[in-house]
Amino acid sequence: MKNIRYLEDVSTLAFNKDKCVGCGLCTVVCPHQVFEMNDGKAVIVDLDGCMECGACVNNCPVNAIEVNPGVG
Amino acid sequence: MFQNYDAKKVQDYDAKKAKSNTARLKELNPGGIRSEGITILPSMNGVSQACISDSGSLNPITNGKYDSVEKYAKPGYVLSHFVDTFLDTDAGQIPVVKTEMLLKDILATVGARAGITRNNYRVIPGLYAAGKPDENSEVLVTANFKLTFDILRKNLEKLNVWILVLDTVGVNVWCAAGKGTFSTKELVRRIELSGLDKVVKHRRLILPQLSATGISAKDVKKMCGFSVIYGPVRAQDIQAFLENGRKADPYMRQVTFTFAERIILTPVELNIAMKYVVMTAVALLVISGIGPGIFSLKSAGERGWISIVFLLTGLLSGAVVTPALLPLLPFKEFAAKGIISGSLFALCALFISSASSLGMSAMIALFLFGTAISSFLAMNFTGSTPFTSPSGVEREMKQFIPVQAGAVVISLVLWIYSAF
Repeated sequence: MKNIRYLEDVSTLAFNKDKCVGCGLCTVVCPHQVFEMNDGKAVIVDLDGCMECGACVNNCPVNAIEVNPGVG
Repeated sequence: MFQNYDAKKVQDYDAKKAKSNTARLKELNPGGIRSEGITILPSMNGVSQACISDSGSLNPITNGKYDSVEKYAKPGYVLSHFVDTFLDTDAGQIPVVKTEMLLKDILATVGARAGITRNNYRVIPGLYAAGKPDENSEVLVTANFKLTFDILRKNLEKLNVWILVLDTVGVNVWCAAGKGTFSTKELVRRIELSGLDKVVKHRRLILPQLSATGISAKDVKKMCGFSVIYGPVRAQDIQAFLENGRKADPYMRQVTFTFAERIILTPVELNIAMKYVVMTAVALLVISGIGPGIFSLKSAGERGWISIVFLLTGLLSGAVVTPALLPLLPFKEFAAKGIISGSLFALCALFISSASSLGMSAMIALFLFGTAISSFLAMNFTGSTPFTSPSGVEREMKQFIPVQAGAVVISLVLWIYSAF
C-alpha cells in the first residue's frame, strides 16, 4: 500500500495519549499500520494512511481514539 | 432426530448388509473384483470404505455409490452442494463443508464478480464445520456472502475448525462491518442461536481483522463471555496464523490493493454504470437531433453515434483504465487521475473517429464530454478501494463535481451550437 496513497491532511483521527493504557489493540486492527507502540503507549506514525474506518475507535478499551468522518 | 420405528429397522438392515459387504470386499481385494455384476476397482475400495465409515451403512439399492449426505435428505429442503456430511454435536447436527470448489462454485463466482448474481449470493447463517473439529477446536467467524464463505472454506483444507457464519445480508466482511451488519450485536445473537457454547469448551473466537470496524471486542466479552482474537486480513493466511500460535505476522495485517485486486472489481463498476450509460446514450441521441430543421432523425443517428463513442471512451477510461493504472497516474485525487486518462482517450478518439469533419466547436464538445465522464467515474471508484478516507472523498467531490458539471454544460452548449 505504500505506493498508493490518498489525500494528505484530511483524516479526522484524534488520539489522546494520556488515556492510552498500552493494550496495543489499535496496532492490531488498523489495516494501514497508522499506530505503533512506543514506550508502552500507542503513537500515530502515519496519519495520512488513515482511512477513517473506525476499527481502532471501536476496539480501544478506554475510548482514547476518535474519528469523525462526515457523511462521506 | 428423524428416527422413527421404521427408519430404525431400515438402519439395522443397512448395517447388517454393510457389514457383509465390507467383509466380502476385504476377502476379494486387492486386485479389482467383480461383485453383483458391478466391477469394483481397487481405487473404488477407498470410496466404498469412506462411505461405510461416514454413514455407518450402505444403501442396499445404490450400494454406496452416492454421496453419504443422501441420508440427510428431508422433504421440502435442498441440501447445499458445498456440504459434505454432518457432525452430531450437543447443539444438533452441524454441516461439514467441502474445502474444494466445484464447477458450480466457480461459475457462480464469475457471475457474482460480473455483478449479475451479486445481490443475492448468500449462505444460511449459523454454525458449520470444516474437517473434524472437536470441543477444543478454533471457531472462525465470517460473513454470509457466498464469495466470502467460499474463499474461507477453500483455505481450510488441512484444518479442523468451526465456522460461525453471521447474517450480513450477503455482504462481505469489511463492507458489512462498515454498514453495521457484521456487528457486536449480530455476533452475540448468532453465538446464542447456534448453541456454540455447547459445541466448544473454550470461549475464544477468531474474527477476520477487517471486521474490527463493526466489532467491539470488549463488548463481546461483556455480553457473552467469548474473547475476540483478530486474525489475519486474508483467509489464505489463516493456517499460518493458527500454526503461529494465533499470532499474525505484519504482512497478514496489511491491506493490499494490487493490480489483480483492482481489475477484478471493474466488471461490477461497469455493470453498475451501465444503467446510466444507456440512459445517457438515449439522451445524447435526442440532443444530437437538434439542428437547423428543429429536429432531424438523420442528424440524431450520425451525430448521436459519435457522441456515444465519447461516452464509451469515458466509461472505459473512468471505470476500467483508471482503476487498473491507479498508482501510475499522476495526482492523488481520483477525479484528477480520471481527467488525465479520460483526456488521452478522448484525444485518441478524436483522431480515429470522423469527429474532425464536424468542426472545432463539436470537437471541443466531444473532448470535454468524454473527459468529464471519465473523471466522474474515476471519482466514483473511491467507493471501491480499501484506502480512501470519507473525509478525503468529500473534499475531492467538493472540488471536482463543479468542474465536471461545468465541462458537461459547456460541452452541451457547444454540441448544439455546432449543429447550426
